[in-house]
Amino acid sequence: MIKTTTSLLGTLDPQSRDRLLTTAKEVSFGAGDRIFSEGQRADRFWIIRTGSIVLDLHVPGRRSATIETLGSGDLVGWSWLFPPYQWHLGAEAQSPVRALEFDATVIRALCEADPVLGRAVARRVAEIIGHRLVSARTRLLDLYGPYGSGPGS
Amino acid sequence: MTEVPVPYQVVRRSQETTDTTTLVVEPVARALPPFRPGQFAMIYAFGVGEIPVSVSGILDHRHRLAHTVRAVGAVSAAVCAAAEGQELGLRGPFGTGWELERAAGGDVLVVAGGIGLAPLRPLIRAALAGAGRYRRLNLLAGARTPDDLLYADELRCLADAAPAHVAVTVDRPGHGWLGSVGMVTQLLNRADFAPGETTAFVCGPEAMIRATARDLRHRGVPADRIRVSLERNMRCATGHCGHCQLGPLLLCRDGPVAGYDRVAPLLAVREL
Repeated sequence: MIKTTTSLLGTLDPQSRDRLLTTAKEVSFGAGDRIFSEGQRADRFWIIRTGSIVLDLHVPGRRSATIETLGSGDLVGWSWLFPPYQWHLGAEAQSPVRALEFDATVIRALCEADPVLGRAVARRVAEIIGHRLVSARTRLLDLYGPYGSGPGS
Repeated sequence: MTEVPVPYQVVRRSQETTDTTTLVVEPVARALPPFRPGQFAMIYAFGVGEIPVSVSGILDHRHRLAHTVRAVGAVSAAVCAAAEGQELGLRGPFGTGWELERAAGGDVLVVAGGIGLAPLRPLIRAALAGAGRYRRLNLLAGARTPDDLLYADELRCLADAAPAHVAVTVDRPGHGWLGSVGMVTQLLNRADFAPGETTAFVCGPEAMIRATARDLRHRGVPADRIRVSLERNMRCATGHCGHCQLGPLLLCRDGPVAGYDRVAPLLAVREL
């Protein structure tokens, strides 16, 4: 089940949502499948239906560092929306995944042709990026460490 | 409530993580009045000092209490180091409780960060004991690493056996961690609750509480149904010394648990 209240599709009006969905196709990944790697061309994106995906960062000479996991309803990938259309992180299926896959070129063309749809998609993706940025910044505080966010004044 | 520490004896201790210990204590003679989930005791390590610690277990047998303590200072380290048979002084019960009854007929959403899971543990047990009075029980917990997760075995049992949705996330996964990675608020996306009919109980670092409460408000959970537990420098615990003041509130008396509708404006003030 996709909880649409916080997903990319959930906040779009029904017409816009249907237009996006007509371009989508169902895909699946096995646990451990690499979905994309850093630096590759960001030509697709996904919305997870079931399962979970790990976003990771390549660290030379070491195992890739897990940055975050995404689950049901989450948008996987936003680099497709902004030049140079290259992935900033890698993604790997943590468990068997079913997802909706969207062709980035097609969606960008739809957004260019229909400014209302384009603005809605860009705004929603920006909200998701903003939410993830806030989460990442909060995690930088190491809140659960022995002294929370660091020594007091 | 008492202003003089009452002797309690440590009858069991469990090392939860490298720096966190759960002590089960029972009265040597006279017992303190009954504690409610969310309330706290002042625990006195004789000759060292006194700290406030929320109750993490309320046992029927012999008026026993459980307290989960993280060793971060001289007093908490002394309490953590208390051996079985050693006596500690307890005052209490102090403060407001979680007031689980507010959730009757609706969904219960428990969101914990780090050691914040400890004060929520008696609430979770009460919710499970009162199954049928509440609809869905969601327990979302965040920890620094998998090794820092409190009550890991209990959470596993809860996830396997009970009618509860349990989800755990960590900030820093170790090798082999197959669970979620990220902030605890991300788990809200996967929880199953009706925002307008949910009572949320949130405990953890204050920045995590604020982020969680904002997210819940955004989803439509009413502010007065978001119950948060706040921590300040509690000393007397009787509302006299003022060390735990937060604006018009003295958290030892008016807290530690309060409605987000009441505390949200206070948490936004930089110097209060």
